[in-house]
Amino acid sequence: MLVNEKIAIEHGLKSDEYKKICKLLKRTPNITELGIFSAMWNEHCSYKSSRIHLKKLHTKGKKVIQGPGENAGVIDIEDGDAIVFKIESHNHPSFIEPYQGAATGVGGIMRDVFTMGARPIANLNSIHFGSTQHKKTKNLLRGVVHGIGGYGNCIGVPTIAGQTSFDRSYNGNILVNAMTLGLVKKDKIFYSKAAGLNKPVIYVGSKTGRDGIHGASMASASFDEKIEEKKPTVQVGDPFTEKLLLEACLELMSGDSIIAIQDMGAAGLTSSSIEMASKGNLGIEINLNKVPCRETKMTPYEIMLSESQERMLIVLESGKEEIAKKIFDKWNLDFAVIGKTTNTKNIELFFDNKQVANIPVNTLVENSPMYDRKWKKSKLPKKNKINKTIFKSLKIKDILKKILSSPNVCSKEWIWQQYDHTVMGDTIQKPGGDSGVVRVHKTDKAIAATVDSSATYCWAHPLTGGKQVVCETWRNLISVGAKPIAVTNCLNFGSPEKEENMGEFVECVQGISEACKYLDYPVVSGNVSFYNETKDIGIKPTPTIGGVGLIKDYKKMITMDFKEIDNIILVIGKTEGHIDQSLLSRIILNENNGPPPEVNLFNEKNNGLTLLNLIEKNFIKSAHDVSLGGIITAICKMCIKGDKGIQIKKPKFLINEIEYFFAEDQGRYLIEINPKDLKEVSKILNKNSVHYDEIGKIIDKEMIIDQKTKLTIDELKSYNTNWLKSYMV
Amino acid sequence: MKSSVITFPGSNCDRDMDVALTKFGFKNKMVWHNDQELPKSDLIVLPGGFSYGDYLRCGSMASKSKIMNSVINFAKSGGLVMGICNGFQILVEAELVPGVLLRNKYLQFICKNVHVKVDNKENTFFKNLDKKVLEFHIAHNEGNYFCTNDQLKEIEDNNQIAIYYCDQNGNTNDQINPNGSIKNIAGIFNKEKNVLGMMPHPERMIDESLSGEDGSIFFKNLLNNIK
Repeated sequence: MLVNEKIAIEHGLKSDEYKKICKLLKRTPNITELGIFSAMWNEHCSYKSSRIHLKKLHTKGKKVIQGPGENAGVIDIEDGDAIVFKIESHNHPSFIEPYQGAATGVGGIMRDVFTMGARPIANLNSIHFGSTQHKKTKNLLRGVVHGIGGYGNCIGVPTIAGQTSFDRSYNGNILVNAMTLGLVKKDKIFYSKAAGLNKPVIYVGSKTGRDGIHGASMASASFDEKIEEKKPTVQVGDPFTEKLLLEACLELMSGDSIIAIQDMGAAGLTSSSIEMASKGNLGIEINLNKVPCRETKMTPYEIMLSESQERMLIVLESGKEEIAKKIFDKWNLDFAVIGKTTNTKNIELFFDNKQVANIPVNTLVENSPMYDRKWKKSKLPKKNKINKTIFKSLKIKDILKKILSSPNVCSKEWIWQQYDHTVMGDTIQKPGGDSGVVRVHKTDKAIAATVDSSATYCWAHPLTGGKQVVCETWRNLISVGAKPIAVTNCLNFGSPEKEENMGEFVECVQGISEACKYLDYPVVSGNVSFYNETKDIGIKPTPTIGGVGLIKDYKKMITMDFKEIDNIILVIGKTEGHIDQSLLSRIILNENNGPPPEVNLFNEKNNGLTLLNLIEKNFIKSAHDVSLGGIITAICKMCIKGDKGIQIKKPKFLINEIEYFFAEDQGRYLIEINPKDLKEVSKILNKNSVHYDEIGKIIDKEMIIDQKTKLTIDELKSYNTNWLKSYMV
Repeated sequence: MKSSVITFPGSNCDRDMDVALTKFGFKNKMVWHNDQELPKSDLIVLPGGFSYGDYLRCGSMASKSKIMNSVINFAKSGGLVMGICNGFQILVEAELVPGVLLRNKYLQFICKNVHVKVDNKENTFFKNLDKKVLEFHIAHNEGNYFCTNDQLKEIEDNNQIAIYYCDQNGNTNDQINPNGSIKNIAGIFNKEKNVLGMMPHPERMIDESLSGEDGSIFFKNLLNNIK
């Protein structure tokens, strides 16, 4: 087939991008070459709209072993151990085919982690759906949850935490972000940089089929009414093969045969071979007839663009082929020497003894387009003037009932009970807490991980929202007693070609970067997902942050359940009464405008580190950060988890109790301490200039706010646990 | 005491079982499914997981693995064999214990703590156990035990039901049945009671920091019974 501009545009390339390709090659590309360019130059693989801004992220720190740019980020957790982790989106495929989309999202992110030599030890996910009234929501939720479970459960990696939200803006574009953490010895990390000439290039894993062709291009465009036609671009997952691939790769990695290794993810064989060559400043020659194919008569174009799952590309030390083959034979996996490294700095493909592509690697990578797109700055919305007489007509009990049973606050047990969260025998904090926690096998250490996003805040003011999400994960880690180390981010946005969406992206990234820098909590990996829009309607800006922290002695881990009657509850951090963009504002007052709560990074850091210090000194019996729904919602969750009640003692000089209880001011925690420690704890808080209120003491099975407002724990439980179950019936 | 844990392609609780057995004093060996011979063992464990991806009926491919001939011979000659979760499914497919395991009643994977009642203590697995109700953990998609009425009668006549799903006080009823198993059956013996298949994972309950410690009670007791 002769290539022309029209065909290039059908491949998702722009007219001037096609011209640039012809110029770089000094000729017209053939169809295989065009396919390769379109795969490498799409938004998903090239980051052409985001690269210029991602450079601004804070990515350095003492604990960072590998920052962005590899298959995943790596952090030091001492004693020669390291954690490899990353989050990735699989939004577009999950909307088209929820089970396979979500399943292969989990499979893909796990491969990114074990490609680096790490055994996956925990999975997390952040999933976002449209309005609960929307006709597709229920099926999408069911399919995604089945898909995540179907893959993760089979591999045998626990799913330890997650986040689920519902918002109208996801009606036409759900989000599925999957995160994996792996454990590796610091001196046994594998990278994707090829080295050496004439080294064998090995293909291992599943055979290549026609599934997922153009998957990465599909994920780089918006949806329209022809979405059903895109089903063939979704990959099909085989977790069993991935389990075998995992074990086989780790077995091979225990020796010294591997020079470089890269999983075949988005854009399959194309991006994996080109990335290895590019990083090693080498060429690669591949004989496509050697690639194990599942179907007959696959063309070079199809082989290069297939996104069949569970495949890896390895550059081996010469002479190690037999050792490697033996391992993959044992695990019943395909193994083929398909090519070699060369000094041409070109990617050269052969098929039926003919050269079918010859492209300089740098034209695909360094010369790929980079855009400084126009973007619009957001103004901080004006504060709403709330008529305080409305508060007088509100009953706390009624508000609580609505909030606890609202889709974004209610218990997600229906979801996480479908995920194996205890396999591997090291899960010491299950889903439903502030962070999931797994022990580092056979040590006293534990790793805490959490994933969060606050699309509403980001939508109201991207800069503040970006900061807030980072802080929220920081608090989630502190609340379980973990020292936050680093984050991974998954940046889900609408079309970068629209100034408003691009502005949201730029300012969220700026907010994330500022917070990460201030908290010494760098970004070590991540991914960008643009074009989350259907028929011109985009999602709310949804940067998802996955935070990871270390607990040096796992016996000091903190949980949120109230522990003992008569213990005292303190609120750490000051409550100013910020109601705009809060749950109270949105679901009770029906007010969607106004600024999100302000983020004060100084207080955030100071409050968090002071709390860690209190935990270290064994003063803290339980802790929970204050987020959606404010102080009282957080208290309810602690009551429910601990099956204990609280006698609330309202702080003195309280101007308005509704504002106090439901405000979503940042940087706050609830802590439980023994009365005998109150003096010492107050001293430490005062010394560190941390504001605190004493808010009550634990009693049996009832929440008493005042004589008129009493709720049993069973009532709270039923509000909180029933909604999702009955919705999904 | 010597134990062996068989690893099939797709097993994923083999390491957890190794950790548990070793913790309580077994000298454990891992055995590859393609091996012919079993090492000398006092106990063989078929661990949980998704052997062969569970793509056919769960456990059916694994039940035809090379090593299974030796496991079957070992069981038939009176050796102790325990299958947990996918291991239970393999035992059923190998016809070492009666019945079948269907998909869970609500068509969902379930991962949670459950209580099980131990009725029959006249066997090596539960002899001398001083608790009647244990808190174990389940994580499965196909744990819905089923058998014919004739089989059920035979199973009951022979006292082959090992454990039942129950509440914390030992009451068995439909409400606490997590997967639809007939008679709330969570585990079952062969006629001779030297082969035990059960869905719950005692190896996930061996530490106070984990979901609980009743797995420790089970393993300690088992070791003492074998000694």
